[in-house]
Amino acid sequence: MIGIVLATVLGTMIGIARLSANWMLSRLAAVYVEVLRDIPLLLQLLFWYVLMQGLPAARGAWNPVRGIYLSNRGLVLPSIPVGSGQLVVLATAVIGLVVFHLLRRRLIARQMLDGRPRRAWLWAVLLIVALPGVLSWALGVSWTITLPELRGFNFVGGLTLSPEYFALLIALVTYTSAFIAEIVRSGIQAVPRGQWDAAVALGLRRSFVLRQIVLPQALRLIVPPLTSQYLNLTKNSSLAVAIGYQDIVSIANTTLNLTGQAIEAIALIMLVFLTISLSISLFMNWYNARIALSER
Amino acid sequence: MISAADTPRSPRSFSDLQSGSSVAGRALRWLRANLFSSISSSLVTLVLLVLLVEALLSFVRWGILDAVWTVPGSDSSACRAARGLGACWAVIGEKFRFILFGTYPFDQQWRPALAILVFIALFYLSTRRSLWRRELIYVWAAALVAIGVLMWGGVLGLPFVSQERWGGLPVTLILATFGLAFGFPLGILVALGRRSKLPAIRSLCVLYVELIRGVPLISLLFMASVMFPLFMPDGFNIDKLLRAQIAIVLFAGAYLAEVVRGGLQAVPRGQHEAAEALGLSYWQKNALIVLPQAIRHVIPPLVNTFIAFFKDTSLVLIIGIFDLLTTAKTAVIDPAWQQFSVEVYIFVAIIYFAFCFAMSRYSRHLEAQSGPAK
Repeated sequence: MIGIVLATVLGTMIGIARLSANWMLSRLAAVYVEVLRDIPLLLQLLFWYVLMQGLPAARGAWNPVRGIYLSNRGLVLPSIPVGSGQLVVLATAVIGLVVFHLLRRRLIARQMLDGRPRRAWLWAVLLIVALPGVLSWALGVSWTITLPELRGFNFVGGLTLSPEYFALLIALVTYTSAFIAEIVRSGIQAVPRGQWDAAVALGLRRSFVLRQIVLPQALRLIVPPLTSQYLNLTKNSSLAVAIGYQDIVSIANTTLNLTGQAIEAIALIMLVFLTISLSISLFMNWYNARIALSER
Repeated sequence: MISAADTPRSPRSFSDLQSGSSVAGRALRWLRANLFSSISSSLVTLVLLVLLVEALLSFVRWGILDAVWTVPGSDSSACRAARGLGACWAVIGEKFRFILFGTYPFDQQWRPALAILVFIALFYLSTRRSLWRRELIYVWAAALVAIGVLMWGGVLGLPFVSQERWGGLPVTLILATFGLAFGFPLGILVALGRRSKLPAIRSLCVLYVELIRGVPLISLLFMASVMFPLFMPDGFNIDKLLRAQIAIVLFAGAYLAEVVRGGLQAVPRGQHEAAEALGLSYWQKNALIVLPQAIRHVIPPLVNTFIAFFKDTSLVLIIGIFDLLTTAKTAVIDPAWQQFSVEVYIFVAIIYFAFCFAMSRYSRHLEAQSGPAK
């Protein structure tokens, strides 16, 4: 789900913004959270959808950056056509990332033994950028970006997000991010002040303290409620039916109307959601157990 | 709970700073501490200020200066002329009776209005800590009966109004409040059942909670509106509103059960043992000793569940029940006003916001009261 990733990133940023020393930033973040939390998601969804429909037609599309168009046909983005060659290269990069991660842990473990810092970034460049790059050159894979063009009444080329999908994405991401912001904020606030003071006394930079000392401790408190937010997000995606986006509920509903097989259709919806919910909660439980405090 | 003042990066308050000679001096110091403490901070402040002023200006221009507030008759041409420039608040004046009360008979609309007031009074009474006594249950029962009489009528000289004609805010409040009033006892029973020693009862309760929490409310509502009639004998048809209400009660029960279970786990074992040593039965033990302590522990999460739940009642739109959101959506189907749904949605959003914001303030207030002062 793109929604989970976007909502987590936005929510974390807003949660940290709420704790900022800058009064204006923290107030604005607080207003954002309060407003979005207290209005039903369905209402927000309808609101965004109506706004999408109110956008100009494709000819007068709003065009902030070259190649990106926003109109009542949805959001059109430049895209890179992905074939089997590109997939191989991307897979190499992902494998490189995993290998690098394992390697870094080995290097840190050795640094712990003799205290000499080791350079990890060279390996990172080699594994994540250079190797896939060489492979791409050897295979002759092209990475041309196709820009959408206006032809007649619609766009040709590029990646199109339909207005329904775009409205759903905005509504879900902003709504969930408000909840995640509150979770992140309370998690960070629960880390004792002494941890901040001790880290600052060691002469560490603020961003380093936040990333390496405070966030890992806060994560232990953040992850369990975050799990339930992810589950909520998954379940809330079924609201797409209200604005006519063809998600599973809407398709099953159509099937139901056509065939009258109510029990089968609804059992199917429930089965799909139960499977997704259970797999998310299994994964998050595993992650939670990994980052939990390991006491001697 | 750690208050905001304890965090290392929270804004400093006015009084924390050394008292200055003049108000202007103090204000200047406050500005420097909270808005311009470093170069990056000043930059953020300035960028935000520019964006904020720009957004506010365009909103004021759209929402107030160029807006159309009233129209003569029911003619929307003035609004259409201002389209794209300003808001059309006239649509609210034109449609608010329909949005609030749905298709309820026009001359009888004081009854749902009164019902809304009864609801608000009921909520207000329930928030007073000094009134948390046994009598409150009777007050709730009496208020719910009064609302039923007001909405249905048929007695005391009030003409009967069938459920199909109810709509708007009263329906939202009924779904939420009745869902709560019945879901809460159900939740308590299920929470007790999950801790039962009898494996059959325990696994039944676990199955119920996990099943309901694993699926979206929409699919439950679909089930209530489509599947439920299939299992009923012929000729036996329950009203659509009641079916949705049952689905909401079941849904609320599962979520509230988990919250109550958290509270039950926080009650020390010694309390159970002491109660048993006094010779109290299972029900006496739970009703008199364990539950009062358990529920006190979980009041803030309970209020949060209520908020979530109040918002979730808007989902009945999908099965076509006329709650507040559905009436708002229906109001702008009228061709004359079709283009002004944004204004209507803003109006409805303000109503929802008022209710939820009041509840969330109250929850914050409770937390501040019950938490140890730090």
